[in-house]
Amino acid sequence: MAQKAIREYDGKALFSKQWENYFSGFHYGFKSVLVTSGAELLAKAEEHGFEWLKQEPLVAKPDMLFGKRGKNDLVLFKDKKPGDVSLEVAAKWIDEKTSHTTTLLSGQHGTLTHFIVEPFTPHSQEQEYYISATCVGEDDVLYMSAEGGMEVEEGWDEKVNEVVIPIDMTDIEMEHAVKANVPADIPAADKEKFTSFAIAFFKFYRDMNFAYLEINPIVMLDNNEMAILDLVARLDDTAGFLMKDVWGDIEYPTAFGMEDQSPEEKAIAEADSKSGASLKLTILNPMGRVWTMVAGGGASVVYADTIADFAEANGGSIADLANYGEYSGGPTTGETKFYADTIIDLMTRHKDPHGRDKIMIIGGAIANFTDVAKTFTGIIQSFEENAEKIKEHNTKIYVRRGGPNYEKGLKDIKEAADRLGLYIEVYGPETHVTDIVRMALEK
Amino acid sequence: MEKLYTRDTQAIFWNNNKTAIQRMLDYDYTIKRDTPSVAAIVAPTSGNKFEKFFWGPDEIMVPLFKSTADAKKEHPNADVLLNFASFRTAYDVTMEAVELGGFSSIMVTAEGIPERLARKMNNAARKAGVTVIGPATVGAIAPGAFKIANIGGTIENIVNSKLHRAGSCGLVTRSGGLFNELSNIIAINADGIAEGVAIGGDRFVGSVFIDNMLRMEKNPDVKYMVLLGEVGGTEEYKVIDAIKDGRITKPVIAWCIGTIAKHFSSGVQFGHAGASANADAETAAAKNKAMAEAGIHVPESFNDLPATINKVYEELRANGTISEIPEPDMNVVPKVRRPKQFICTISDDRGDEATYAGFPISSVATPDTGKGIGDVISLLWFKKQYPEWATQFIETVIKTVADHGPAVSGAHNAKVTARAGKSVVEALVTGLLTIGPRFGGAIDGAAEHFKYADDNNLTPAEFLAHMKKAGIPIPGIGHRIKSLKNPDLRVEGLKKFAKEYFPATPLLDYALTVEQLTTSKKENLILNVDGTIGILMVDMWRALGYTENEIDEFISSGTLNSFFIVGRSIGFIGHILDEKRLAMPMYRHPMDDILYDVQVAEKI
Repeated sequence: MAQKAIREYDGKALFSKQWENYFSGFHYGFKSVLVTSGAELLAKAEEHGFEWLKQEPLVAKPDMLFGKRGKNDLVLFKDKKPGDVSLEVAAKWIDEKTSHTTTLLSGQHGTLTHFIVEPFTPHSQEQEYYISATCVGEDDVLYMSAEGGMEVEEGWDEKVNEVVIPIDMTDIEMEHAVKANVPADIPAADKEKFTSFAIAFFKFYRDMNFAYLEINPIVMLDNNEMAILDLVARLDDTAGFLMKDVWGDIEYPTAFGMEDQSPEEKAIAEADSKSGASLKLTILNPMGRVWTMVAGGGASVVYADTIADFAEANGGSIADLANYGEYSGGPTTGETKFYADTIIDLMTRHKDPHGRDKIMIIGGAIANFTDVAKTFTGIIQSFEENAEKIKEHNTKIYVRRGGPNYEKGLKDIKEAADRLGLYIEVYGPETHVTDIVRMALEK
Repeated sequence: MEKLYTRDTQAIFWNNNKTAIQRMLDYDYTIKRDTPSVAAIVAPTSGNKFEKFFWGPDEIMVPLFKSTADAKKEHPNADVLLNFASFRTAYDVTMEAVELGGFSSIMVTAEGIPERLARKMNNAARKAGVTVIGPATVGAIAPGAFKIANIGGTIENIVNSKLHRAGSCGLVTRSGGLFNELSNIIAINADGIAEGVAIGGDRFVGSVFIDNMLRMEKNPDVKYMVLLGEVGGTEEYKVIDAIKDGRITKPVIAWCIGTIAKHFSSGVQFGHAGASANADAETAAAKNKAMAEAGIHVPESFNDLPATINKVYEELRANGTISEIPEPDMNVVPKVRRPKQFICTISDDRGDEATYAGFPISSVATPDTGKGIGDVISLLWFKKQYPEWATQFIETVIKTVADHGPAVSGAHNAKVTARAGKSVVEALVTGLLTIGPRFGGAIDGAAEHFKYADDNNLTPAEFLAHMKKAGIPIPGIGHRIKSLKNPDLRVEGLKKFAKEYFPATPLLDYALTVEQLTTSKKENLILNVDGTIGILMVDMWRALGYTENEIDEFISSGTLNSFFIVGRSIGFIGHILDEKRLAMPMYRHPMDDILYDVQVAEKI
């Protein structure tokens, strides 16, 4: 996936690092810390440069990609009254939040682990603005509003001005378009400031290869002081090779509530990163009945689609589908064996809760250049090592594949399965790609 | 453009991807194309000039170039660029080609080009009227005409999937992996495809479904279209709009894969980078429903797609829109082929009579042909028919350098060897082996350095300073005894011939201004015979239309030395035969002609 969300802290750090290049004339303090516990926060306060943690009232909130933290009551800004949160109170609050699981209004569920802590910024509602940019269709769009804060999404059409900026628009045209579209309800005194900030904001968004960048609210204080109160950002990670030095070692956290990858998924991801071929694995239900080993990205989708269709039509459910993934791009025999070993291992850990046979779908479309016999050699080696386990779970294996050397591949895998006493049905390009799913699930 | 490719379409292939190119040429041979579909290969880091490929049972050479510009210049008719550069360079390669112009379509295979760069690239191409296929695609095919790289897979699969000749279907898919599968489904359930494009899996691709389908609407070979979309994006809605407003009238069959996504709220990426539903309208189910409502033939599920295709096809056959497609003759690519160890591009002894660059020997050998040794050299060395002034110049050079007396090192060596009782060929090679930087090499050196000075617009004074700094005496300048007042008549002859018959002599003119400066310092620093020959050779090649690069290559490959070798061999053989005739005894050098200065070796 090309677009990856980053933490609010990392987004602000990037602003700070580039501030003078884009926003000279404005000031930004970048008083933010990212911590995972109260103790870490207390330790941070002892470091040089972070004295403000002890001197100023603080705001603390989770920094874990999800939004609507205010509505979820996850922004600490008052102890007794707004703006009185001390270091100790913030540390205690963080420890309390990390001690149990949290369920968001969206239903996302998990344990909070990362918090951003910043000074409390006293300001008025009038000083709050909204600004964001992203790509819509083929064009960039800059959104600006005189009203910042949580409520901007309600009444979006009336409150927010859009500037469509085509990819080939010159800077002069862009600046002109932004000026012409600055919300009319921005006070005259702030209008020029806001305009030049918005232009710089767009250039920053563009040059840093953001896919999405939102500040809500941005607060314009006296003396050209800017306060970025809340920030959401996604980077286009395909630009990583261009932006290595600018982005630094930026982290792409997993979405809140998403289970961490299993060791098997991690192992496949690691093998993928070292290989010229593509190896992907997502476990959808470890107890699932139908396990897939599908070659090719598009084919893996149609197999998943078809398994869902036929499982539901034949008294099963989507829970029958155990995994999603693919191996493609000419993996070596060793890589294919490793992938097959992993799938077979996962498949044979649990008996089907309804006592049914297990189904292993070794599917694929007609390959463009992958040697089918070569990749099947890896699967056959895995069969040989795992034959007893496969039989214990009464696994029925269905194979369908075409492409270079497929006749030999199909013949080899059939012979090996027969020799090992495994149940197998083998089909080539004369059979429709997903028809083995029907055969397997209609039985 | 109503057809993406024809049987005459030729491509420049960026990156020497040998397997993929061989697959293209195997396809060409199978469908009996007249010309290879790959005209040239761009391989910026390769030192080679060509790559060998099989053409059926034979082999052909496809030229390699360092840059797209060079390749395009030599092959202006190749109007398709197959950009197989990596995601790091694919953008630059495409932009360069768009700027160069002359490309009707560019296919980009790299996956994961930065999105902003992909958008710029697609925008620039669109504005220039260039169709971009990809990025992140396996390509496109016009069956029976032109196929990109690996699309369609092996030749066996291509024939099985009826991709060897045009059928009736226009196929567009997002997935490259499923493209073959769809071709196969369409071959089994209908009569194959007329044109197919895998538009690519990245979020921003150059040409989308609608761009390709509007072209297919105009292509008379396309009778109906199949669209295989994916969850994510809104491209399918543009097709719906085109059907509603009548821009597409041909029947369309469509299916969006990724219906599975509805079962998983978030976090699982099914399919490509472009495949992520950001809104309800972008889900596979919503798109399938909207397409069905617009009158597109949408099956119940992917598994039912073959039946839907068959139904539409049979209807079109029944109403006469589609008629039987005759099966064309095909060549069969041999299973076993052996690459050739040697290549010959100058002569051929396989026919009735051996030829020199296509000319039977008898057509250049006898006096009545009007051809001389200069013509034979122009055929065998340069594979060209030089005009008479040039062949005569070559002969003049050979005659001029044929001998320079017995005392020069090569002749002396040949004579000593002959006197040792060795054969003509043994004695000759000992003489030839002295030819090099010091003996005969001034021809090469003069051509190289004077050309350098002229190419870089150095004044004679700057040239002298440059050579002095490099610590090299100027090759081709200076004679033992001759001077301006006592000129070398060989040089005068060459200059006179050139002035009279060469279209122009810019390098000689420049060399004479250098000579004026050198002779003002010392009067025997004249342009000598070696220098004159080297310089006039450059002028000859320039007048014949060779590029400066080609001339530099002649110089660096030792072509000038070759004239000296051929000419002087005549003299060496003369000296050897002279020795044999005189029956001269073994030569021993007189000891009083040697300075003996031998010290006792120290122990270390």
